Amino acid sequence: MHPEERVAGIDIGSRSIELVLLEGEQMVYWAQAPTTFDPLAQCRRLLNNQKAHRIVATGYGRMLLLENFNDREVTAITEIQAYALGARHLCPEARTVLDIGGQDTKAIALAPDGKVAKFEMNDRCAAGTGKFLEFMAAALQVSLESFGSFALEADKRIQINSMCTVFAESEATSLMARGERPANIAMGLHLAIVQRTIAMVHRVGSVAPVLFAGGVAHNLCVKFLLEENLRQPLIVPDHPDLVGALGAALHGKMRLL
Amino acid sequence: MPTPYDEMWEKLNLDLPAHEGLLQVLGKFYGDIYLSQEGRLKGMEYLDFVLSEVHGLRIQELQEAKARGRKVIGTFCIFVPEELVLAADAIHVGLCAGADIGKEAAEKILPRNTCALIKSFVGFKLARLCPFMESCDLVVGETTCDGKKKAYEIFANYAPVYVMEIPQMKNACDWDLWKAEIQRFREEIEAVTGRKITAPKLREAIRLVNRRRRVLQRLNKLRAAVPTPISGRDVLLINQISFYDDPTRFTDKMEILCDELEDRVKAGQGIVPHKTPRLLLSGCPMAVPNWKLPYLVESSGAVIVGEESCIGTRNTRDLVDEGGESLKDMLDFIVDRYMKIDCACFTPNAERVEHIVDLARELRVDGVIHYALSFCQPYAMEAFKVEKALQNAEIPMMSLETDYSLEDVGQLKTRVEAFVEMLR
Repeated sequence: MHPEERVAGIDIGSRSIELVLLEGEQMVYWAQAPTTFDPLAQCRRLLNNQKAHRIVATGYGRMLLLENFNDREVTAITEIQAYALGARHLCPEARTVLDIGGQDTKAIALAPDGKVAKFEMNDRCAAGTGKFLEFMAAALQVSLESFGSFALEADKRIQINSMCTVFAESEATSLMARGERPANIAMGLHLAIVQRTIAMVHRVGSVAPVLFAGGVAHNLCVKFLLEENLRQPLIVPDHPDLVGALGAALHGKMRLL
Repeated sequence: MPTPYDEMWEKLNLDLPAHEGLLQVLGKFYGDIYLSQEGRLKGMEYLDFVLSEVHGLRIQELQEAKARGRKVIGTFCIFVPEELVLAADAIHVGLCAGADIGKEAAEKILPRNTCALIKSFVGFKLARLCPFMESCDLVVGETTCDGKKKAYEIFANYAPVYVMEIPQMKNACDWDLWKAEIQRFREEIEAVTGRKITAPKLREAIRLVNRRRRVLQRLNKLRAAVPTPISGRDVLLINQISFYDDPTRFTDKMEILCDELEDRVKAGQGIVPHKTPRLLLSGCPMAVPNWKLPYLVESSGAVIVGEESCIGTRNTRDLVDEGGESLKDMLDFIVDRYMKIDCACFTPNAERVEHIVDLARELRVDGVIHYALSFCQPYAMEAFKVEKALQNAEIPMMSLETDYSLEDVGQLKTRVEAFVEMLR
């Protein structure tokens, strides 16, 4: 096997699917698609016409690919390992990885050699993940993309007590009914997410530098509040949602050598 | 589909259609999780048979014994001294409560945030699905945790319940309390069975229960070999079945199984590939048919080599001293033995943490998975202490909290797989 041959990494998450193609160390192609109700069809669409000698799947849908792509060489790794590999590639000195995705949050401590030393994941409830932000943005009639900058316009910090998506929404509704500024409510919701996430990061040790990945890393307010709480700047890669797919592809490359 | 047991089940007032559904699900589960394994010991056929007849032949045996005047005593906890039950010529069954059955019915009389085990035993009763429970002349509860303690008060409306008070510490006064409780239990058993517990009878019972513990100790020693000669699932099943099978027959069968296992160990045969990560499971009991986590672990590229649990080493580690001459001495030795149980209901319970670290070293495990049932405060809280001690011993640990439902299987699998990847 020549190292320049192509390896595909595909991260099948709850909200979106990311594909990364590596040629040697070089990322030669990437693409993204919503997961929809038929993730397998979406994977086929993404991989269609893409030459890859090996596919490594990660994310909650990894087994789907493993079981259905009989015509190609497919292996699977967990998101934990994929994010660890991807993060170390982008930032070789990273010691902690925080990934906030559509329905999962993961905090991963890396040993000095880059191996996973410890990890924490949220339990079955999706409170404090991207899904929560999506619901709350909709409740406040703000687009998800601008929800972070919208919250940063807050002029005070309100405590939102409930982390349950349903209860938090009703808390937000009653705040609106009392005439609270939407930006302040948005800030309160962001604070709630960050407080929950911080606890997870501390449980794995929060050793600097921390790399922040996953779709929620696009959110400026979450990043700002995390940095404020952790008292350190976070590294956010250019494409934070591709870190898992990149890590999966890197794993495939490691196995080739 | 009619079975030879329908009449018996009807007499026991089971909900027949629902019960048939339960047996079907159980059979399918068992096929997927157990019968699909490769390289199993021939001796496991006995356990396959016992499990396939769990609500059939074994219940028929109980009914026949009852017809001859023997009583059936059901228990939920390894604190209840089985020796006293056997010495009164009664039959002891450990009631299982490991399935997500009758949850809706149970939640009508219990808070939703009650652990799955409590909901399950109440659920089985309310849904009329457990022929063991329906065969019991007495169901013995205990005060191990607040959830169980309060649930028995409600459960007493539906079944003949007797509750033992378990001490919470291990001082001299706690020993006295436990001694008094064992005396009180002895009187209760004598009253229910109408038989006196005599020294010769008790001596015989102590020896029998010890013999069963010894064979399980032997099994645990053999299975610790490298390469791993038997799956963790199979050993868990053996432990589970030890709670309701006839103790003499079970022990004899397990000696034969251990002989076979010994040959396998001598031949250096393993059931998993070289370097498969070896794990110790530690925490809450896994009652029949709760095979969820062991199956997840063993289908994620790891193998389980130990169960630090009530359905595991906590039940088999300590023997009752067989040197007692008088009835009083024997009862004292029973008190001694049961006071060694390192249940998380004790405080400060440092011995459990020591046992886990020792066991992890003895078994040469690559990691430990700590398992707590959701809402089980004692075990969930001890997880932190256990993790710290294992960290000092440089043994990786992952803490999981789950129940009997299958809704979190995807997330659990990701965690378990990631933990296994970490250990490779």
